[in-house]
Parts: sequence; C-alpha cells; structure tokens
Amino acid sequence: MAKVRILIAKPGLDGHDRGAKVIARTLRDAGFEVIYTGLRQTPEAIVSTAIQEDVDAIGVSILSGAHNTIFPKIVLLLKERGVNDIIVFGGGVIPDEDIPFLKSSGVSTIFTPGTSTEDVVKFVNENIKPKHAA
Amino acid sequence: MDSFTQRVLDGDELAAARLMRLTDDRIKGYDAYMRNIWRHTGNAHVIGITGAPGAGKSTLVDALIYEYRSKGKTVGVVAIDPSSPFSGGAILGDRIRMSGHSNDSGVFIRSVATRGHLGGLSVSAMDIAAIMDAMGKDAVIIETVGVGQDEIEVAAVADSCVVVTVPGMGDDIQAIKAGILEIADIFVVNKADRDGVERTVKDLETMLSFTPRHRYNWTPPIIKTTASEKSGIDTLYERLEDHRSFAMSALKAEKQQARLLHAANGIIKERVFTELFHSQKLSEAIKNERNDPYTAVEKIWEQCIISTGN
Repeated sequence: MAKVRILIAKPGLDGHDRGAKVIARTLRDAGFEVIYTGLRQTPEAIVSTAIQEDVDAIGVSILSGAHNTIFPKIVLLLKERGVNDIIVFGGGVIPDEDIPFLKSSGVSTIFTPGTSTEDVVKFVNENIKPKHAA
Repeated sequence: MDSFTQRVLDGDELAAARLMRLTDDRIKGYDAYMRNIWRHTGNAHVIGITGAPGAGKSTLVDALIYEYRSKGKTVGVVAIDPSSPFSGGAILGDRIRMSGHSNDSGVFIRSVATRGHLGGLSVSAMDIAAIMDAMGKDAVIIETVGVGQDEIEVAAVADSCVVVTVPGMGDDIQAIKAGILEIADIFVVNKADRDGVERTVKDLETMLSFTPRHRYNWTPPIIKTTASEKSGIDTLYERLEDHRSFAMSALKAEKQQARLLHAANGIIKERVFTELFHSQKLSEAIKNERNDPYTAVEKIWEQCIISTGN
C-alpha cells in the first residue's frame, strides 16, 4: 500500500509556523503522510531529512524573505547528493516578481497568501505520486 | 548478493532509505531484498522506548542519541506515529524533537506511520529496524506510539525495553492496569523537575516489590530524568549498557529468535489477509451465507486448503 510522503520544512529564522502546520494538517486529512521538521532548519538539514525519510516532495514554508537564497540551495543540495526524484514546492509571503526566478531554479510551484487548502491538495494529487508505485 | 543490498549493508544512506520505502510500501520485489537483510541482523543493541503520549519519549530519544554519539556509537531510530483511521494520512512529528542530529552521518532517523496496522508493532516497523541493524548501527531505538498493544510487543522484540512515565500520570492502580510493570527492563520517570517525582518513584518501587520476579532475574532500575535538560541521561545510558551486557550474555539468542518469530507472524497475517481473506472477498462470502460470518470464513478456509492440495 503505497502512500505519498511529504516533508514540510521550515527553514530560516522566522518562527511563524501556523501556515506550515495548517498545510501539514490539510495534507494529512487528504490521506498523505507528512513529516514535519520543526522550526529553523538549514537547507542541509532539510535535504538530509528528506533523504532519510525518502519523501516524494518537500514543501517549504518561508515568511522571512530569504526565499531567493533558500529554495535554490535546497534544489542544488538535492542534486549534489544524487537525488532526482523529490519535487520541491513552497509557500509563504513571496512577491509575484520573484516566482519566475524560483520556478527557473527548479521549484515546482509557489503558493502565495490567500491560497485555499483545496488548491494545495489538488496540486499534490495531480503532481506528486508515490515513487515506485505501479 | 545484489549490489543494491550490498550498498545497504555498507551503510549507504540513499540505498537504505530507498529500501525502507520499498518495504513500507510493499512494492513488488521488496521481500527479495529483505531476505538478505534479515540474515545480517542481530548485531545492534535494539532498544524499545515506550510510554504514554506526552511522557516525553521523543525528547528522551533525542537526549539518548547525544549520549550514544558522545561515546562514538552510531544510532538508528524508528519513530512510529499513528495514521489517521479516517483519512489514512499521518503527521509524523517525532523528528521535531530530534532535529539537532540532521547533519550527523552517524544518526539515521526514520518516521513510520502505523498505516492501518491495528495495535502492535507492524512488520514494516520491524523491517525498518532490521535494515538499520544490518546497515551497521550500534544501537537501534524503536520509539512506539505508546498506546495499546505496541508496548507489549516492543518489549518482546527489543533487547532492552525502557518504559517512560511522568509524575502525576495517575495513581498506582493506573500503572497496574496498563500492564507496564511486567514489560520494563528500565523505568524512566521523566520530567523529574516536576512536583510529585519522589512519590511516583516510590509507587513504582512498591509495586515492583509485589510484582512476580522479573523473568530473567533482572531487577529493573528506576531512573529520574529531565530529558529536555539532558539530566539523568548519563545514568540511563549506563543502565542500558548494564542491561545490554546482561541481555547479550543471557538472552541475545532468545531475543533474536523472538524478533524473527514476531516478524514471521506478521508476515503470515499480512499474506493471509491480503491474499486469502481480503475484505471484499469476505464481504461477498458473508453476503452469500446470509450474514453468517462463521460459515463465510469456513467456506474461504476450505477453498484455501483445497487449492493448496492438502
């Protein structure tokens, strides 16, 4: 019985994890397995955790403004460690004009304030499948 | 041996994590790898950590990891959390308390959801602990959900079983009802900075004195810890080492046999339920037998015996 596994990660210095927890809860209620890292994780720690947990996706929540540094770093570290089957997506207070750059760096999608939880579940259902499952 | 299994045995994280996923998801062919893995188990000190939700198990595991690492030992952790019986999803949050080890290559933590396994320790969790053992971790800690049958089962399969309680969790009768007195090799009274800790220790001592002698002539020590302050953890480590020496000499073979039997029992149940008695087939049989579950099971059972030619 294969299940989608998603790491919800909270990098950087901001301590606002209401959003991350709402998303974790929403994804659980949609039938996914969610691993939550807790606050203030480095990109290195997030990638190591994603590897040990062998997740299908990392959902990164950032409200600190450091998104243009942290997202590309996570994508790069995954590549460096030879991982090519983990999707990275994100959410937070991220200006529209930064989104094209983030997507070109390998981030699958960005959810901005006002996104409904249904949209997040829909994204996961359409784009993320358990690895190996037939 | 295939090269993938060899990588796991060599301690390759990517390969081990992948095998855990194949195993947890029961992806076709996973069992071929697990056959080799199980043959390479029996070297790690398998420690079960159990106790009611909120007792501080994850924080205690976190503190223990630091202690083992300071002694130069590598650690694997299987952190089990419940799946929602309604959505099938799960929030696996034990790692939040263990995030200080994310960049330590000597520590491998894996979160496991119970996935509809009703009570007890799932074969998946056992398999994942086996992979950590086979990849060469010195200690493998299994942190249970802490409700129901899993406490009893982890005690059966772990070399050393630690039961965690806290002051003010209820009176002595609660502990007797829960059946925890018989399963602990070591008691931890966590959150020992709280009021009532001496009373809790005293209650445990009194009850232990009435409990039939521990099966293996081992008297379970009672240790006070404040895991969040890393206080009392050095003593816990020492008692675990004492118990390991004791268990390795007196019961290692017996414990390993118990683990293998437990895994085998789980594998049998899985196969019987997924292949023979899956719920759709059962529902149909019950309907055909006009709501008589006994005859329905009997019919399926007979078909199985006929088809296996006995």
